[in-house]
Amino acid sequence: MSTVQYETVVGLEVHVELHTHTKIFCGCSTAFGAPPNTHTCPVCLGHPGVLPVLNRQAVEYAIKAATALNCKIADVSHFDRKNYFYPDSPKAYQISQAGRPIGEHGWIDIEVDGKTKRIGITRLHLEEDAGKLTHTGAFGSLVDFNRVGTPLIEIVSEPEISSPEEARAYLEKMRAIMQYCEVSDVKMEEGSLRCDANISLRPAGQKEFGIRAELKNMNSFRGVQRGLEYEEIRQAEILDEGGIVIQETRRWDEAKGVTLSMRGKEEAHDYRYFPDPDLVSVEISQEWKERILASIPELPDARKARYSADYSLPAYDAQVITSSKPLADLFEESLKYTNDAKSVSNWMMGDLLGHLNTSGLELTAVPITGQGLGELVGLIEKGTVSNKIAKTVFKEMLQSGKLPQQIVEEQGLVQISDEGAIKAIVVEVVAANPQSVEDYRAGKDKAIGFLVGQVMKQSKGKANPGLVNKLLIELLQG
Amino acid sequence: MKITVEQVEHVAKLARLNVSDAEKEMFAEQLSDILQYAEKLNELDTEGVEPTTHVLPLHSVMREDEVKESLSIEQVLHNAPEDEDGQFLVPAVLD
Repeated sequence: MSTVQYETVVGLEVHVELHTHTKIFCGCSTAFGAPPNTHTCPVCLGHPGVLPVLNRQAVEYAIKAATALNCKIADVSHFDRKNYFYPDSPKAYQISQAGRPIGEHGWIDIEVDGKTKRIGITRLHLEEDAGKLTHTGAFGSLVDFNRVGTPLIEIVSEPEISSPEEARAYLEKMRAIMQYCEVSDVKMEEGSLRCDANISLRPAGQKEFGIRAELKNMNSFRGVQRGLEYEEIRQAEILDEGGIVIQETRRWDEAKGVTLSMRGKEEAHDYRYFPDPDLVSVEISQEWKERILASIPELPDARKARYSADYSLPAYDAQVITSSKPLADLFEESLKYTNDAKSVSNWMMGDLLGHLNTSGLELTAVPITGQGLGELVGLIEKGTVSNKIAKTVFKEMLQSGKLPQQIVEEQGLVQISDEGAIKAIVVEVVAANPQSVEDYRAGKDKAIGFLVGQVMKQSKGKANPGLVNKLLIELLQG
Repeated sequence: MKITVEQVEHVAKLARLNVSDAEKEMFAEQLSDILQYAEKLNELDTEGVEPTTHVLPLHSVMREDEVKESLSIEQVLHNAPEDEDGQFLVPAVLD
């Protein structure tokens, strides 16, 4: 254990693939999953003498994202060449932005342990993605250039993140904002959202930053958090022993749960940025900025506040539901069919998210509709189905996408609310369980639970539980 | 400005160029001369002048986001020294 208290300092670099139809500087398609190298042309292959031309939509998305992140948008922005040799880059330089990025000086708010913290965004710039390398062993590597030239935005945070948990909250908020703005698919598993992290420790209270390590290869939100947690401990141990942290790039190994030094990449970076002579600058007019500002939809924080204010949803529910746009949209669609927001939220937070977690499916891959969910809550409210039966109905809705009314009718799941019918079962159960009846009369209130259970069982779960309770008590006390 | 042999070595390494000792000496001298020549520009007062990123009187040249035909895979790989399964084969790269 550490004898010294350390403060963790984290800065994140997030790359987001913009979902344009074509690449940033040529007309090749960005569609995912095409055979290798079939979405390439002389421009993205870096042949001599070609002329890149900027995709207007990519600029539009970048401005939109920067606006949503509260950045100041540049009046004039331009592209630079970042020079390095690596086989995933056919030109031996990446077109990026150094001096005049699209946006600077932004911020987002994150919530950890119920507290809100503002994290600064240093800059957001546009650049092109690299190709994909497949290592085939000692003999060689295969290069697929389909991804080369896919438009990316790189978002650099200030070193104001103080824990792995905050890093995760930052990423989740970032993903939600990009999703709400509809500039990217933001699927970390498919690489449309990627994250590198700088992390250093310093003795609590010290102003100067410690020496940092850069972490790569974290392919999930959980991976980012775990990688940073591992690195916190590793660096604290070095510092405790009076050692010095080496400034280097380290790779997160998800399977082993450790970070490893990436040897050979320690050579000081010298990218020799200079303005790309093939590309002219972009002027972003006030009118263009205002038009994009007007197109920014309601963002997660605003939705969260509205859910608390309008539907009295607990802060935690509102946080979870607004963290994903499809989830928040489903919630709102459901409320066209019922007024019981808390019940809708309970179904989403419990059965729906539980199902998505265990099945590993995205919400968009499940045929559930707002109408279905809203009407299900309505059926419970009206007493047509019990909560228990509703769970069965919900499972079927997740599979078939049918509306609850149809499922209830097809499977004969309507709740029995006919007093006479329930009373018959109650009488039967009471007669068959004299011991429980005696226990109850002797003051063991718990015994009634067993009797209710027996009645529910006999009715195949369809008896109205409220009525069962009422009739049982009447009979036992009568 | 005087360019040293070490600086030539550094730049050559970044550019993946093999340079002989004699060449290093020669380039150090030549690069120094070139920079000295360009040094003349520093005599100009550029106070308040925005850096020039492009000499053409053009800006904001953009295209619409419309898909154009890509090359055939035969054309793509035509100049590749080696290829395999529709991909470029390069010397092993390990992380």
